[in-house]
Amino acid sequence: MSDETTVKRQAIAASTSPAIELKGISKAFGPVQANKDISIRVMPGTIHGIIGENGAGKSTLMSILYGFYKADKGEVWINGSKTEIPDSQAAIAAGIGMVFQHFKLVENFTVLENIILGAEDGRLLKPSLAKARRTLVELANDYGLNVDPDALIQDIGVGMQQRVEILKALYRQADILILDEPTGVLTPAEADQLFRILDRLKSEGKTIILITHKLREIMETTDTVSVMRRGEMTATVKTAETSPAELAELMVGRKVLLRVDKKPATLGEVVLDIKGLKVVDDKGVERLRGIDLQVRAGEVLGIAGVAGNGQSELLEVLGGYADGTGEVRLNGAPLDLTGRLSDGQSRRNRGIAHVPEDRQREGLIMEYQAWENTAFGYHHDSEYRAGLLMNNAAIREDTAEKMERFDVRPPNPKLAAKNFSGGNQQKIVLAREIERNPDLLLIGQPTRGVDIGAIEFIHQQIVALRDQGKAILLVSVELEEILALSDRIAVMFDGQVMGERQPDQTDEKELGLLMAGITDTGAATAAKGT
Amino acid sequence: MDYLTLIQLLDSTLRLATPLLLACLAGLFSERAGIFDIGLEGKMLAAAFFSAAVASLTGNVWVGLLAGIGASLALSALHGVASITFRGNQLISGVAINFLAAGMTVLIAQSWFKQGGRTPSLMGGARFEGITLPGAEALADVPFIGPLYAELISGHSILVYMALAAVPLTWWLLYRTRFGLRLRAVGENPASVDTAGVSVVGLRYAAVAICGVLCGIAGAYLSTALQAGFVKDMSAGRGFIALAALIFAKWRPWYALWATLLFGLFGALETRPDVIESVIGMKVQSQFLGALPYIMTVVILAGFVGKAIPPRAGGEPYVKER
Repeated sequence: MSDETTVKRQAIAASTSPAIELKGISKAFGPVQANKDISIRVMPGTIHGIIGENGAGKSTLMSILYGFYKADKGEVWINGSKTEIPDSQAAIAAGIGMVFQHFKLVENFTVLENIILGAEDGRLLKPSLAKARRTLVELANDYGLNVDPDALIQDIGVGMQQRVEILKALYRQADILILDEPTGVLTPAEADQLFRILDRLKSEGKTIILITHKLREIMETTDTVSVMRRGEMTATVKTAETSPAELAELMVGRKVLLRVDKKPATLGEVVLDIKGLKVVDDKGVERLRGIDLQVRAGEVLGIAGVAGNGQSELLEVLGGYADGTGEVRLNGAPLDLTGRLSDGQSRRNRGIAHVPEDRQREGLIMEYQAWENTAFGYHHDSEYRAGLLMNNAAIREDTAEKMERFDVRPPNPKLAAKNFSGGNQQKIVLAREIERNPDLLLIGQPTRGVDIGAIEFIHQQIVALRDQGKAILLVSVELEEILALSDRIAVMFDGQVMGERQPDQTDEKELGLLMAGITDTGAATAAKGT
Repeated sequence: MDYLTLIQLLDSTLRLATPLLLACLAGLFSERAGIFDIGLEGKMLAAAFFSAAVASLTGNVWVGLLAGIGASLALSALHGVASITFRGNQLISGVAINFLAAGMTVLIAQSWFKQGGRTPSLMGGARFEGITLPGAEALADVPFIGPLYAELISGHSILVYMALAAVPLTWWLLYRTRFGLRLRAVGENPASVDTAGVSVVGLRYAAVAICGVLCGIAGAYLSTALQAGFVKDMSAGRGFIALAALIFAKWRPWYALWATLLFGLFGALETRPDVIESVIGMKVQSQFLGALPYIMTVVILAGFVGKAIPPRAGGEPYVKER
């Protein structure tokens, strides 16, 4: 095989035409110019990164390449010949395979059925399945991509599901593989495994385009990288010749502080004391299986974990919109976990502020204007009221001040929430919650879908609140964020706390193992492996 | 209850289950592809009228059957255009089809035949007659097997046998062919089909068309085999009972057969109060018996279905996302 690989490599070195060349691609959605005159060359057998903030136009560009959108202007050249890609079928025929951020798999089909879907040989399934089974064995050998062909998608972990997506592309004989934010749902260990697979694919001559907003992934895996900002390609550089700081600056358009500056924490009294907290969901599944946690005044407790291991339920029950059992005390007094006094309003009266994980569904009403959203949950406050009615003028004025302080752009209280960018939406929620001087702030995924510039600001606000002596419970799936902000880290897996660590005495590797349910003893503790 | 009564009861079960089975399989194809269809009722009714009307006018029941299928297909196409092409609300489209069929059939019937919204009674070649299977007469006097074969298995119209044959055929199509794989996928996650380069719209139209054909046969059966002519609202909620059976059957073909036979049995009991009386030992109001299939629909849906997971993408129009 090594001889074959050498031959392949030489062949690639000899061919001069790029695997993909885009020439002057432009695409507008109404007045919004999603892609502006984008040109890019990706050489075969390389990993090319595309980095940019949300809304920079990365996904639009890739959708054009995969035939979802038609470019207004510009040309696509594949392996040196001009290619029209009107639909996905044409993209597949041109040797392009796409691994979407949200997998396109049929949950109750087997791995094998998902792989042949749309690429069957003939009208009957039996021969197609048999052929796919044989091919799968070959692919597993060639690339180290082992999966159980007869497992149902709903029974395998996200890492495996992603592997199925890659296999789907390879089964269709893709030579160019596009991966859109592939590590968003993976544990660090799974992500490392993915990058090893990508390296293997590269060494077998495949061309890979990696779309991400994570600088670290770009630095570790790619050969070249293109930076996109506001629909334009601002630079294409060799990864070896750049640095994270330079890329961040290219993405945002100004210098960005990548670290969070903070003083050591000054710990106060225990503000939140959780003992044996359990939550059972409406299907009868135990989502929290006895949580014990404490958060003190003046500290940030970071909850790390892969999405879906009970963090959301923890926030929901503490925020007052899910029922639980167990004992939770706030400043020494018990908190109702069910019943009439277990709702958002009661929680706010007790001094708990909540920035929910999904700001678009739980934090804001997207159709409502900024000032209306600012009043939610606090609309009974005396300064917002004029007798029985709401004092709209006062709310608008207050909102304008808040928007000023939190650098919300544009600072217009009458703009609907949906018209702000992700980062500015988050600032509106944050301003509403922390300007009320809460004792405890619950904050979930504070920077999900937020651009680097706004991340910096939001992180500073969280640290400032901590320094005022408030208790903060931070839930995030971004390990870097947890490590940067937390004074103490608790790792959740399968509804339990796997352990607590000090951020300066641990690393991503150790946390990653805990996130996968593997404790110090080295044994996986629960059946739900990934 | 003696053996012969049991055979008669089952015979009547089979006849009453046939339209339910056809409609249930029709719904199965549509819903497995992600298109909810509460217009089964309306399509059956339209098919019942047009097949009876055309059979009456031409004297040929097969031409009538084709007309029924055509009418049902036309309504299917309407549902398809509204819910697939224009991504409208599938429930509203279905309700509209039911109203349309209920009004249109009576109106046209009155205008064509002037018999108070019915068609003339069908006779001879204008109606599906029972088929006597080979050997039925010879075996009729053999104890036990004789009545079973001659009464229960033999003597139904061709449409009953077609409905029964549709069960394994549907199973084979769904689980053994490329078309079935794609059809099931499009009802679960249309994006997976779309990204695989297969047309979501094409598959869904195909499913809706199959649904139309089966509903057409079901409707034709009502007016040209089960009864001899069309009367107003003769589908009598069978489309909805078929939908209930579909949920009860968890969207699977063989379960659909058992579920519709069960509902057929309730229907058969309605016509045989003496059987119920002899089994439970007391007289039951005939109104109650008439309501039995409907009551059982509610009871079964409320309590006995267990965990029935509908196709995940059901009811949602597919919009391509970025």
